[in-house]
Amino acid sequence: MRALAACAILAGLAGVFGLVVASHAEPAALRPLAAAYVRASVEELTTPNVITGILMAYRSFDTLGEVAVLYMVAASLGLLLQPIGDHGGGPTEPRLHPGEIVESGKQVLFPMILTFGAYVIANGHLSAGGGFQGGAILASGVMLLMIANPDAAINVAALGLLESAVGVLFVAIGILGMIHAGGFLDPRILPAGTLGDFVSAGAIPLTSALLGIKVGAELSVILQKFRS
Amino acid sequence: MLEAMILLVCACILVSGVLAMVLENLLAAIVSGGLASLFAALSFLLLAAPDVAMAEAAIGSGLATFIFLYALRKTGYGKDGG
Repeated sequence: MRALAACAILAGLAGVFGLVVASHAEPAALRPLAAAYVRASVEELTTPNVITGILMAYRSFDTLGEVAVLYMVAASLGLLLQPIGDHGGGPTEPRLHPGEIVESGKQVLFPMILTFGAYVIANGHLSAGGGFQGGAILASGVMLLMIANPDAAINVAALGLLESAVGVLFVAIGILGMIHAGGFLDPRILPAGTLGDFVSAGAIPLTSALLGIKVGAELSVILQKFRS
Repeated sequence: MLEAMILLVCACILVSGVLAMVLENLLAAIVSGGLASLFAALSFLLLAAPDVAMAEAAIGSGLATFIFLYALRKTGYGKDGG
């Protein structure tokens, strides 16, 4: 009976997806809103990477919300992962030590991953990437460090402090945008520069860097809480 | 050519997703789930969305897999019937 119901639900879902796929027609041109964003991100913000232009300017409030969600996760994990009673934490097994390959690989890859993360953050307004992606790459570098040194402690308090300070700066830049430009987190508080230059696009590189640090610190804290 | 590649990658997502559900060995299932994320990132890249692909590769197939591995260790590798 339950299997029959599950099959019926699956068939219904398949029908819905089939309808969606069948009614799909490749659009010949951008919709008006998308076209406006593509034009305005180049003309108003001098940001060749339209996606970063949208994420860090027109939809920057949503980006702030995403980061707030990450912050909530990092803050509440400590409460959720507390051992319940005596058996909750499980037997503390001896930590497995990484092999020679991981040890040596870390020494080569760790600086490269950090450099790549910094590149992705700093070039977010020019090429694919941005604060969120770069921050995730930085956190995966920290992850490699955690695998290679199982005993190394990550200073959660310092990371939390860094992350809060960066968050305050981010919101402060947003409020500056309200005072000196068109609205909250408007990047046009700094000169726009020329299209394609490394120093251009107003405050987008600055907010990108802050966002990258914040996301990297938050994800590292989450990993550390699962590890400890 | 591109469509064939996208279809191939989608088939890979499906296969690794089903494997993640079916496999009895939890470690293999977790790695298979991470593989599904990696193929999803590849499909985003093929569909010309490198920004999303980057986030998916770093978070979906990297950090999430790693968190599952830590959870597996904390719960005793699924031995206590949990």
